[in-house]
Amino acid sequence: MSEVKKIATRESYGNALVELGKKYDDVVVLDADLAAATKTGTFKKAFPERHIDCGIAECNMIGVAAGIAATGKVPFASSFAMFAAGRAFEQIRNSIGYPKLNVKIGATHASISVGEDGATHQCNEDIALMRTIPGMVVINPADDVEAKAAVQAAYEHVGPVYLRFGRAAVPVINDRPDYKFELGKAVTLKEGTDVTIIASGLPVSESLAAAEKLAAEGINAAVINMHTIKPLDEAAVIEAAKKTGKIVTVEEHSVIGGLGSAVCDVVAQKAPAKVLKIGVNDVYGESGPAAELIKKYGLDADSIYEKVKEFVK
Amino acid sequence: MNKSELMKTANEIRKGIVTAVHSAKSGHPGGSLSAADIYTYLFFEEMNVDPKDPKKADRDRFVLSKGHTAPGYYSTLANRGFFPVEDLATLRKTGSYLQGHPDMKHIPGVDMSSGSLGQGISAAVGMAISAKLSGDAYRVYTLLGDGEIQEGQVWEAAMLAAHRKLDNLVVIVDNNNLQIDGAITDVNSPYPIDKKFEAFNFHVINVDGHDFDEIAAALKEARETKGQPTAIIAKTVKGKGVSFMENQASWHGAAPNDEQYETAMADLEKVGEALCQK
Repeated sequence: MSEVKKIATRESYGNALVELGKKYDDVVVLDADLAAATKTGTFKKAFPERHIDCGIAECNMIGVAAGIAATGKVPFASSFAMFAAGRAFEQIRNSIGYPKLNVKIGATHASISVGEDGATHQCNEDIALMRTIPGMVVINPADDVEAKAAVQAAYEHVGPVYLRFGRAAVPVINDRPDYKFELGKAVTLKEGTDVTIIASGLPVSESLAAAEKLAAEGINAAVINMHTIKPLDEAAVIEAAKKTGKIVTVEEHSVIGGLGSAVCDVVAQKAPAKVLKIGVNDVYGESGPAAELIKKYGLDADSIYEKVKEFVK
Repeated sequence: MNKSELMKTANEIRKGIVTAVHSAKSGHPGGSLSAADIYTYLFFEEMNVDPKDPKKADRDRFVLSKGHTAPGYYSTLANRGFFPVEDLATLRKTGSYLQGHPDMKHIPGVDMSSGSLGQGISAAVGMAISAKLSGDAYRVYTLLGDGEIQEGQVWEAAMLAAHRKLDNLVVIVDNNNLQIDGAITDVNSPYPIDKKFEAFNFHVINVDGHDFDEIAAALKEARETKGQPTAIIAKTVKGKGVSFMENQASWHGAAPNDEQYETAMADLEKVGEALCQK
């Protein structure tokens, strides 16, 4: 077996924060007693005075971040997706979104690849919640390279940004010299004519592997990496709908309200096409090793391959 | 300003509150009137603010955590010169910048949007932390309702404020004893408020929230307190200054009709005249 480098995007987040900290004095990082897990601990080691641990009080942390942003600094507030987007939803909506404050929310441990901690910690609803907030940018990077680039892009963007990272190590797929991250711009990873797979986050690499298997059977699937869910690259979706007529969305998130829904919003209004949404099917997750759960919930390459094959038949 | 001038100013601010809420046909006069003297002292004496330069970098910050008492806040800002007093009559009207709850994006002098209870104090803590991080000298003031402190987030914020020794932060509780559903003691008593903040490692001062000498002394004491934040528990009368609104929970969020408006303004005119004769 060839050696594929694997890194969890939460590691990328911690490392990228240190790089930001070196470049910009106005970067402040907040956490809620999860610095070791969200990897903001890496930043804390480098810049202890600019790391504010708020303790286990996420709602307050979000408000504190809002106050820090109101004075001109750029806070990155970090917790698990469940407790940032979930528990503190209203604080994000009213204290950050409404006043359009320049806060970046670094949410780690998204969805079922959290693994053994189980359903209470596996947030499958964060993208749905965050994309309803006017002015909120939502980014769901697929690998280490993209995650680090996304953190830099989030800093450069003036306004609230929700960054979503995972707990489990994922293959590095964007390690190429010409890689460029552009906020709101989809990346075509593979051209195709029969169907377009639009994926985001962890399932991007699984979708690429599925496309290879499909190719072996004569099904030519395009693969698009939609790292930014909001603002969504509508042009890329419309082009895919027109070109291949069929779209499959793949996300490690509920099929309600996430990437699949965002794509359907565009397709339904601007370029009617048949869409198959692959994701967590309106259920809670459970405990188990991440890889096993990804398989069980149908987000691995084999499951994607089977579903796409059936869909294009 | 001497005490008599402060009282006259507070009376003008009260007129603005009644006028704004009457014009809007909705809004929150009770808690605006109870805090009018606190607003007055903060914006006319205590805080370093400049109506001509509302965003100046070294200004003291104010966060109205009890955001529903925006009429009091707006009337104070207008009387201080941040925007025309006449604009108060546009409160809550479609297209007006004077939103039902404070909106920092559109209202000169508003440092933080607020309205959802319990959140303003967190933002104030963030501002105070930020000042400490960059060595800025500005101070941060936040005004809370006594019903508002039923929100758990208030205590999350208080814990962090004391933990980080934010002596540049002053939390003021407008203790008018009433919330929408009745007396705070009947709904869900937060008493003893002073002991609670003490337990959270605040320096605590109890004052009569309508006595300018006590307010002034407390804010001075807060400035002199090092190594911990200060909480000022201000005993007030909800609806203060308008006879039929005083101590009535029903005036928490209701607007006077035309007749009541005339009575309220007559009450305040009388107070104003008496102050002028002093």
